[in-house]
Amino acid sequence: MKVRFDRELCQGHNRCYILAPELFDTDDEGYAVLRVEGNVPPDLEEKARLAADNCPEFAIEIEDDATDG
Amino acid sequence: MTEPERPPVADWATDFDHTKAAYATRAPEIWDELRGSCPVAHSDRFGGTWLPVRHDDVSTIAKDTDHFSSQGVVVTDWRPDIPKPIGYAPPITSDPPFHKIARQFLLTAFSPKAIAELEQPARVMCNELIDDLLAQQTGTVDAAVQYAQHIPVRVIAAMLGVPEEDGDLFRGFIHRILENPGGVEVAPEDTMDAYLDALIAQRQTEPRDDLITYLTRSTIDGDPLTAAHVRGTCALLLLAGIDTTWSAIGASLWHFAQHPDDRRRWTDDPAVRPFAIEELLRFYAPVTMARLVAEPVEVRGCPMEVDDWVLLPFPAANRDGEAFERADEFVIDRQRNRHLAFGLGIHRCIGSNLARLELTVAVEEWLRRIPHFELADPEQVRWSTGQIRGPRELPVRIVATSDTAA
Repeated sequence: MKVRFDRELCQGHNRCYILAPELFDTDDEGYAVLRVEGNVPPDLEEKARLAADNCPEFAIEIEDDATDG
Repeated sequence: MTEPERPPVADWATDFDHTKAAYATRAPEIWDELRGSCPVAHSDRFGGTWLPVRHDDVSTIAKDTDHFSSQGVVVTDWRPDIPKPIGYAPPITSDPPFHKIARQFLLTAFSPKAIAELEQPARVMCNELIDDLLAQQTGTVDAAVQYAQHIPVRVIAAMLGVPEEDGDLFRGFIHRILENPGGVEVAPEDTMDAYLDALIAQRQTEPRDDLITYLTRSTIDGDPLTAAHVRGTCALLLLAGIDTTWSAIGASLWHFAQHPDDRRRWTDDPAVRPFAIEELLRFYAPVTMARLVAEPVEVRGCPMEVDDWVLLPFPAANRDGEAFERADEFVIDRQRNRHLAFGLGIHRCIGSNLARLELTVAVEEWLRRIPHFELADPEQVRWSTGQIRGPRELPVRIVATSDTAA
């Protein structure tokens, strides 16, 4: 699983930082910063999904591995 | 109460009036009815006002800063006289491109990491308020008047650097400006502007470590902010920071007073709390914003003309079944919750991290100390009118405290 984060869409709601601090940090102004490059560690996949499902601006997308389905 | 002289509402789809007590009490039912029958309601009141209640319309309008200006964000009979793109209280009343500049230098003070430092003081303060409530030993207390309303006043007063003792004064400004706009005449020396001007002048000669001082020293392109800008931003932080959070805390306690199962879940399962807080924000979102139509535009077939008001009822969007599963149910552990309690787009509530912190601490400390309480008399709960919705009187009976419940 990969996480895609669109900084242009982020408005600093900080929902991802609350739900998945292992995957998202915030900068000095409160905008999200994606902390992982490449694949999400398996034990954080659920948190990644939560972050995506709760972003009011739809700035986070999950890319599942093609082999999964 | 002194409601402006406006006739009773004949029909919510064609003549709504969000300043009426009838709307305050049963707003969620009104939104539900409209969503099914007339998703963009209209009223000739206030010189022409629209009320979209569907999530996608509210989202679209919130993000469309070309057709909808923030020059006016509180619906009144008159139109704002401070010109675009700055408006009276930047950045909330500002439009692009100025908006971004006015917002930029406030963001750091309200970032989650800066706000986290306020958690401990907020917890201490909530416990002091609860100590006072319990010392009273009457069994019935007002959770809005004696608890909820004091929390944001104290927090924002400390941040801004205004005297906490002036809390009653701030609540007077709030009532006049947000709950009953245009309802009373005020002498120039008693206005919020006069109050803030005096404070700002004082900080210019005696700087302190507070937001007012910070604003007096901020610059845009090397020039200090205008006096009107500093005053307007102070007004915004004072007004927007108080009755909104007070409403959210009050509505949350109103909920918990009536739902013992949710109280138990909160207490027994700390992992559910972050989800519960967002669900409280979704279900009881206090804030309805407004816009002024800047260019003629059509929304769901409705022709909106320049200078029409458009209300943005985020709480109505939050209860739209198209956007949320089981939208009309309070689901304490809701996992997918893209609620709009703090708005959407470039005007996302700048105080959202602060509000969330205050709400979390206020509910946590109340339920820790008073795990069992109920409404003393549902008939006596009074909801605010206007664009900020929450209980202003909330008598509750304390059944068990942490001392007695053990």
